[in-house]
Amino acid sequence: MKKKVQAKVILQRKISDNIYDLRISTELAREAHAGQFIGVYTNDRSKLLPRPISICEVDGDRLRLVYRVTGSNTGTEVLSQLTPGDSVPIIGILGNGYDVDDLVTNYRHPVLMGGGIGIPPMLQLAKELEERSPYPEPYLNTILGYRNSDLFLAEEFKDLSVVHIATEDGSVETKGNVLDVMDAKIGTGLGECDLILACGPMPMLRAIAKYSREKGIKAYVSLEERMACGVGACLGCVVKTRETDPHSHVNNARICTEGPVFDVDALDI
Amino acid sequence: MFDGRPAVVKDTSMNTQVKIAGVTFKNPVTVASGTFGSGMEYGDFIDLSKLGAVTTKGVAPIPWVGNPTPRVTEVYGGMLNAIGLQNPGIDVFCERDIPFLKGFDTKIIVNVCGRTEDEYVEVVERLADEPVDMLEINVSCPNVKEGAIAFGQNAKALESITSRIKAVAKQPVIMKLSPNVTDITEMARAAESAGADGLSLINTITGMKIDINRRTFALANKTGGLSGPAIRPVAVRMVYQVAQTVKIPIIGMGGITCAEDALEFILAGATMVAVGAMNFVEPDTTLRVISGIEDYMKRTGTEDIGELIGAVR
Repeated sequence: MKKKVQAKVILQRKISDNIYDLRISTELAREAHAGQFIGVYTNDRSKLLPRPISICEVDGDRLRLVYRVTGSNTGTEVLSQLTPGDSVPIIGILGNGYDVDDLVTNYRHPVLMGGGIGIPPMLQLAKELEERSPYPEPYLNTILGYRNSDLFLAEEFKDLSVVHIATEDGSVETKGNVLDVMDAKIGTGLGECDLILACGPMPMLRAIAKYSREKGIKAYVSLEERMACGVGACLGCVVKTRETDPHSHVNNARICTEGPVFDVDALDI
Repeated sequence: MFDGRPAVVKDTSMNTQVKIAGVTFKNPVTVASGTFGSGMEYGDFIDLSKLGAVTTKGVAPIPWVGNPTPRVTEVYGGMLNAIGLQNPGIDVFCERDIPFLKGFDTKIIVNVCGRTEDEYVEVVERLADEPVDMLEINVSCPNVKEGAIAFGQNAKALESITSRIKAVAKQPVIMKLSPNVTDITEMARAAESAGADGLSLINTITGMKIDINRRTFALANKTGGLSGPAIRPVAVRMVYQVAQTVKIPIIGMGGITCAEDALEFILAGATMVAVGAMNFVEPDTTLRVISGIEDYMKRTGTEDIGELIGAVR
């Protein structure tokens, strides 16, 4: 059941340029799974709408949110000023996450892909896949795409998977994007791939959609969009779908409710 | 008026019921169309049976796909939206949304939209035998290219569509007015003279936001409708002006965040009020408005909410 509650700030630190790592304690954490998100409000009402932020990690009654401050005078800038002991209003748990049981049952060689601020939600996904996987290690491959050598969260993925890095400036490992790593390493360092799980900017997800169709690889992607309500009422955050959506009866699905995780084949992106 | 004396508590005899065109609402609080779907999405947060009415998202004869994204953006004191009246069409609405709402002890106000007079009439006729209590005709959405606001910005067009709808409607007809006009009282008079049973106002105010980093519009539609607390003084003023002009009842809305805001509208002349964008901020705003109005009535010794409607002249 979705609720609006007050969460308690446990810790906040800046982990990269404009990237913050916020740990909060909330009863809602017990219901949270990989791929889901919460809406975070500002306490002072300087911003009214909740900011949708993906769940980076779930640990008992704690949630970890790793988010980007999108500019000055933004809601995320207000959130970045929260300090331990502060309370922060949140709404959640929102959205449909990944069906991890289905994924570990039906796919032997998943590859996680995260680009930029799409990286954080892949961490909880890597954790859940690794926990439930019946296969011997190393089971997971993760490809992380960064602008430069500022590799936030990369070390943490190494405990859960074989990590491959793409950097736009070529400063670390493969120069280019996450798919350049696939092209370079599939069948060699990366082994096989029968499943892609990705979150990142829309151009990256579009490229993955095309790639997965060409190669016949199943892919689930996690989308982001401007949202107002976060609960499916306002129809602000829709994505075009190939088939008529059963709720909207048009070719639009609500990212906050039917998503944010979608089978890429269902999308017209 | 509240003058600081001890509260006069008359719980059992206190009346919060209001009546519009023969329909009795248990309290004067509903939601603004488009901010609440058909209520399903807010079932986790509030008991819909506590609302005076649920006003549903605009519905057209056939499914509408709406505008491209981004459709929403926040601005200081509110938000801009350009959803473009995405809706599943009247057939799905009748099969799914009405039966859902009939499971609650609340009234149903159906917001109707269309691109042409014929389309509005088609939806109104389709609803004739449905168990809904009232129709709210959306002639004021600023985010669709055809229909909607075209009827709400021209008194003759408004009169014409109101008469045609009244001729076929089986439920009372509320015309929802746009604030994007030179003189809202002219529109109010046009709707009243054509037989409207009531008016709701205001719809959103057309606005724009520029994304300075991408050097483009924040909304794909370029313009959007401004809602939220920022528009409340404009809305209260317009409700007051319209209340001084027409005799038919008014549903007042625009940036209501709490009971005090709602009471401004009621004192300015609104019989009912609707909570809009604030549903996104505090999903239980409606319930707090309802209990806050009751508290105010107790505190001020008001036995009947009717004493407050239009009390400020």
